[in-house]
Amino acid sequence: MLKIAGREFRSRLLVGTGKYRSNDEMLRAIAASGAEVVTVAVRRVNLDRHDEAGILHHLGSERYFLLANTAGCYSADEAIRYARLGREAGFNDFVKLEVIGDKETLLPDVAGLLAATAVLAVEGFKVMAYTNDDLVTALRLEAAGAVAVMPLASPIGSGLGLLNPYFIRTIKSRLTVPVIVDAGVGTASDACLVMEQGVDGILMNTALAEAQDAIGMAKAMGLAVEAGRAAYLAGRMPRREVAVPSSPATGMLD
Amino acid sequence: MQLTINGDLRTIADARTVEQLLVQLNLDPRTVVVELNREIIRRPVIATTPVAEGDVVEIVHFVGGG
Repeated sequence: MLKIAGREFRSRLLVGTGKYRSNDEMLRAIAASGAEVVTVAVRRVNLDRHDEAGILHHLGSERYFLLANTAGCYSADEAIRYARLGREAGFNDFVKLEVIGDKETLLPDVAGLLAATAVLAVEGFKVMAYTNDDLVTALRLEAAGAVAVMPLASPIGSGLGLLNPYFIRTIKSRLTVPVIVDAGVGTASDACLVMEQGVDGILMNTALAEAQDAIGMAKAMGLAVEAGRAAYLAGRMPRREVAVPSSPATGMLD
Repeated sequence: MQLTINGDLRTIADARTVEQLLVQLNLDPRTVVVELNREIIRRPVIATTPVAEGDVVEIVHFVGGG
């Protein structure tokens, strides 16, 4: 069971709601993934197109825990503004805080992230901070009041998988708050490998939405997260540079 | 009355409060959040919060995102 800021969630897989080909596909994929925490973005209502009922209309708030994000924000002030709007629009004090520093890589602006985390934590927000895989930043986010730290596996939407397992393991080993890897997972083996590092969960969006069969991939990801977690808890065998036979070396025929 | 709503200048016939503005725009107050001149207007007070000529209004809601 995943526990963040005292609240328990039924799955260690958290999913986004962006980029699906249809709302129906999104809903079926989320259901297939088994996720409870579902991220959403805050955007202007399109006043000229009333067929666009916001996503709440489709998701409902009883079945899923809606986590507002500050995606697309490039400064602490902007992210704080979006976080406040998200809290008002939603049903809880949690926010997935993003402060982006570079348009090409969507890598976080660490200074802005830390500043926004400190302000929002004081306002009672439960900040889940999207960050890079840097230990010192992760430690400072925790000290600033983040309830979860969310280092990337690789850049948002890249599908490059886990680029630095060592850094992710290091962050996990040093933090008290949950570590949830956010962004970069491309397929089930990536998710499994991430969970095998011992982290508390994974958040993903594009890997599901852009799979040829989003629902099939959502199911695979749910299984991969469980498998990776179970393998981590079971403890893997040592790595060896030489072969060791599995069958007895004795009792062979002359 | 002219208001800037979501970045566009719009003429609103007669809305004296935020709630009346939402009704005129055919929006359900339960599904949107309003920022009036950079200040969030909480739902319990939308019926009593006045709007005036030149106000800058942002109306947002949740959309799909990661």
